[in-house]
Amino acid sequence: MSELLEARGVSKQFGGLTAVNRVDFSLSAGIVSIIGPNGAGKTTLFNVFTGLYAPDEGVVTFRDRPLAGLRPDQITALGICRTFQSIRLFANMTAIENVLVGMHSRVRLGLWDVLTRGPRFRYLEPEHWSQAAKLLDRVGLRASANDVAKNLPYGDQRRLEIARALASEPSLLLLDEPTAGMTQGEARTLMALLRRLVGDLGLAVVLIEHNMRVVMEVSDRVTVLDHGEKIAEGAPREVQADTRVIEAYLGRRRWDHAAG
Amino acid sequence: MILHAVAATALLALSGIAVAVFPRSILAFLLFQGSLLVVYLARIPNWLRWGLLGVALLVLMPIIGAYNGYYLEVATQVGIFVALALGLNIVVGLAGLLDLGYVAFFAVGAYSWAIFGSPHGNIAFGGAAFPLAPPWFFAFLLIGLTVAAISGVLLGLPVLRLRGDYLAIVTLGFGEVIRVLANNLDKPINLTNGPKGITPISRPPALGLSYGEYFYFLVLLIVVVVVLVNRRLEDSHIGRAWEAVREDEMAAQAMGVPLVHAKLLAFACGASFAGVMGVLFAAKQVFINPESFTFLESIGVLAMVILGGMGSIPGAVLGATVVTVLNLQVLKGFSLWLNELKNAGVTVLGYSLADLPTQLEPAKYERMIFGMILVLMMIFRPQGILPARRRQRELG
Repeated sequence: MSELLEARGVSKQFGGLTAVNRVDFSLSAGIVSIIGPNGAGKTTLFNVFTGLYAPDEGVVTFRDRPLAGLRPDQITALGICRTFQSIRLFANMTAIENVLVGMHSRVRLGLWDVLTRGPRFRYLEPEHWSQAAKLLDRVGLRASANDVAKNLPYGDQRRLEIARALASEPSLLLLDEPTAGMTQGEARTLMALLRRLVGDLGLAVVLIEHNMRVVMEVSDRVTVLDHGEKIAEGAPREVQADTRVIEAYLGRRRWDHAAG
Repeated sequence: MILHAVAATALLALSGIAVAVFPRSILAFLLFQGSLLVVYLARIPNWLRWGLLGVALLVLMPIIGAYNGYYLEVATQVGIFVALALGLNIVVGLAGLLDLGYVAFFAVGAYSWAIFGSPHGNIAFGGAAFPLAPPWFFAFLLIGLTVAAISGVLLGLPVLRLRGDYLAIVTLGFGEVIRVLANNLDKPINLTNGPKGITPISRPPALGLSYGEYFYFLVLLIVVVVVLVNRRLEDSHIGRAWEAVREDEMAAQAMGVPLVHAKLLAFACGASFAGVMGVLFAAKQVFINPESFTFLESIGVLAMVILGGMGSIPGAVLGATVVTVLNLQVLKGFSLWLNELKNAGVTVLGYSLADLPTQLEPAKYERMIFGMILVLMMIFRPQGILPARRRQRELG
């Protein structure tokens, strides 16, 4: 079976800094976590996958289709959607409106339908709203549907970002530190939700995460990046025992720290 | 509720009578305008609200116009600016694209009818086919709309990557380019007749109404259509995409909003309203020249949007009304009143008003008062008079 998402030899440089260096990455299903110290190039890799950055080298394919030259919105329409490390909701719009914006690439209405409010519009628009309400239900935010996004508690904002990303009906969901700033309990609830989503929707998920307990519990596979390079890959247990990974996180000898 | 209904109806009726009894009193007319706002805001059933507003605008206003034709002219001007403010509201309020050259689209619409609807067309294109027959005016409402929308896209294309200050400066430049073009396109081909302007511009057949009434009703009709279009756009995936672009461009694109398409559509929609009103403005004024399309006009329309509340349709309507009435009536009226006092030789605290230098006439510092109002608004109510409210929905 061919891979859902496949990256071969992806590099991205910013000036003299190589943020991502010839990284191979692939997944076909389930939850794959990308971990690594700060500045390892995790988010840069996400930005390459979603078309925000064009890679300097290498190829990214989604369902065997190369993504080079596609705009972020086109990639979203193909079925990859993401959340952001720092929350980027549409702050002054309500929760349900945020989700509705996420549906944009699935809306099959034109300017004419909107202006005339013809039968197509009158049928599809309520459909969109009830679909959005269902998504809010799924992440447990139904009661806050009419609340302005910026007024929601932090954890709810994180979940709203996930609901908004789900609205584009992705087959691959990229989550950038979804549990950042959450308590261990909140993180567990979120991961249970994620598991359900993967089960119900047949969704593949790539997770950037610092919370190791979460990573080890939820991931099918783990990829470790350090200084833009992939240093380990495999089942959570294998990765945990990998000496290079331990070095990357804890350092090797004292003079390395002094030099670095 | 009943109390509100009775009070609103009574206020509207009273102020209508007041204008009829004192047709020269600005205060009475302001009271009438204020009562429209009260009716809009009162807690009354919607059928009553729109019924009262309909009666006021369709019946009372023309009657008032019969007593004092100038009021009808004021109302018509208000309508024109309401449409402009609503158009700019799409670009600035919804999509968050700061446009400082908006009046350029108004100019494009105005010149499109001015050139073809006046004998000047013969000079520009040769022959003797111009002015086109008056019924062509209605076709030109659509042509003006289209031409303005196209120029909106033309402006939009080069500025797609710009945001904030940079965008503001380029749009400002665009506005000036259009004005300077209008000023100088009398050579080598005399298209705009330069600073001398174009006259006489044909008017549409009046259908037995006076031109004052005719243009009033036409403006009212267009404003109603513009409000309807605005509401439908706002409450759809298109409007939501615009707001998403305003809130966070990058996130919007990552969620599947095609940025280029969304921005160009915002520019085109905003411009098209101005284009339609431009055509109408040219016909109403009979004469246009580049003076009507200066940078200050763009700023004026922007001030209306900000004063009313960015992204809010009732706000744009109110902002346009307040600014236009302030400019046309309140300050000028105050100057006149001061002059009357002067001529009557009134003294205040031993100081003869006749000695008051003419520089101190309120009409002369209309811009200053205007600026002060804006500054005070920004300090005390930055969201505008009638800010955009999030629609609350019952979810089935």
